[in-house]
Amino acid sequence: MSLRAKCAIAGLGATRMGRNFDHSSAIGFAVEAVELALADAGLERTELDGLLVNPGVTWMTNPMASFDLQQAMGLVDLSLTATMNLGGATAGAMVMHAAQAIDAGMANVVACVFADAPLKPPRPESARKGGGSAAAYGFARGLEGAYGLFGVSAQYAFVARRYMHKFGATNDHLGAVAVAERQWANLNPAAQFHDQPLTLADYHNSRWIAEPFHLLDCCLVSNGGLCVIVTSAERARSLRKPPVYILGMGQGHPGGDPIETLVSGAPIAGRMAFKMAGIELSDIDLAEIYDCYTFTVMVTLEDYGFCGKGEGGPFVADGRIAPGGALPVNTGGGQLSSFYMWGMTPVCEAIIQVRGEGRERQVKKHDIALVSGNGGILSTHSTLVLGARA
Amino acid sequence: MPEIAKPVPAVTPQMVPFFEAARQGELKVQRCAECGALRFPAREICARCLSRKHDWVRVSGRGEVLSFNIMHQVYHPAFAAEVPYAVVMIKLEEGPAIVSNLLGVKPDQIRCGMPVEVVFEQVDDQVSLPKFRPRAAG
Repeated sequence: MSLRAKCAIAGLGATRMGRNFDHSSAIGFAVEAVELALADAGLERTELDGLLVNPGVTWMTNPMASFDLQQAMGLVDLSLTATMNLGGATAGAMVMHAAQAIDAGMANVVACVFADAPLKPPRPESARKGGGSAAAYGFARGLEGAYGLFGVSAQYAFVARRYMHKFGATNDHLGAVAVAERQWANLNPAAQFHDQPLTLADYHNSRWIAEPFHLLDCCLVSNGGLCVIVTSAERARSLRKPPVYILGMGQGHPGGDPIETLVSGAPIAGRMAFKMAGIELSDIDLAEIYDCYTFTVMVTLEDYGFCGKGEGGPFVADGRIAPGGALPVNTGGGQLSSFYMWGMTPVCEAIIQVRGEGRERQVKKHDIALVSGNGGILSTHSTLVLGARA
Repeated sequence: MPEIAKPVPAVTPQMVPFFEAARQGELKVQRCAECGALRFPAREICARCLSRKHDWVRVSGRGEVLSFNIMHQVYHPAFAAEVPYAVVMIKLEEGPAIVSNLLGVKPDQIRCGMPVEVVFEQVDDQVSLPKFRPRAAG
């Protein structure tokens, strides 16, 4: 039996993102995000019976972060919890786990939560680009430190360089992603780079991190928390906001060495999610694509089939992904220019767009949104297809 | 002022044969004793057939640059003076990939596909590190 449109996202809660020191740790941001999501949905805390948590890098010392959050919020008699980690693919995976559980009758109202607090006052660390999701999972290539290989950006750079060698993509192509996303961020008051424009020249002039990545190829760092609440479609229709129906779901984890395969999990996950949703690529109105790096957007879009393998460079550079273009991508500014809540960044923006709450950046036709999540270095992948109608 | 040492890889029990060979100027990788798959770095279990039996075999030391990056940020003080420097992934002729540095080539001259061969740099009396240098193709 298809899960298409059986469940919906009924609540969204996002704290202020970035240099936010309202809470001293991730769990504080998580609690706030859940409260905001409950209020958004018009639900009481006591109505939650499911709690799924994807802890950020500063929350990983708690092996059962979901239990800690349950206790912090005084939640009792839950019938579903899990602490989940597929890196950036977790947000999508939490939503699909919630939907499956609800459809199976094992829970009714499930909160899916991400939070992190990597920035510390009073001297916020200068952003160590590349984010935490891959850095924490140790890509054991043996002897890294002896050769000066440190950090996830350096490892991701190997994949990007091999891709550029094989397919002829350039930093102009990567820079086009950064520029387009900044244009969207300039329309989003909640974006960390809302007030700062970006040209391709600015991109090229930004300092190198690990070639071929400039600073502006890498996602930013944020404190904050984000919660989405999943319920049955019927329940969602009775609540405050227009339901965001979960039409399609899929995951893809290709294995092998990404430096050689140069492929994400999008082909596997996309096929599954589009089939469940009953859609084709041409039905997609907007795409929220996990963008730990500009490069990830390029590869993910081509892996979904928007263009042929290796054609992602020119595809993202012709203006179609920017405001006014034919395929709006990362319409809030993405992880490059709005905020970095791992996979919850694209999920959040998709919900806003599908509900029609995008204001100045609202995409005119917003019936069907594609949402991707990527973990590690093209290691894990989740796809959601969200829709305004069942 | 004393120089800060680069990180020296720990000689874990699994990797003892690798470092013993490296001290002799030989590059060795694990070979699955059941299916023959070569792998690096050391693992307990063959990812192809799940066998727990392996031996170590010498490889030619020849390969090509699979990929590379150029590190511009200082993550470790021992590398501060070298920034920007390149780190390479070498695809050995026999199949496995190994992280390393490429000697005698400026970072901006490195290209994917460059043919290379191994050399060894002694770090201390326990550890010699394989590094690579360009070789004539063929």
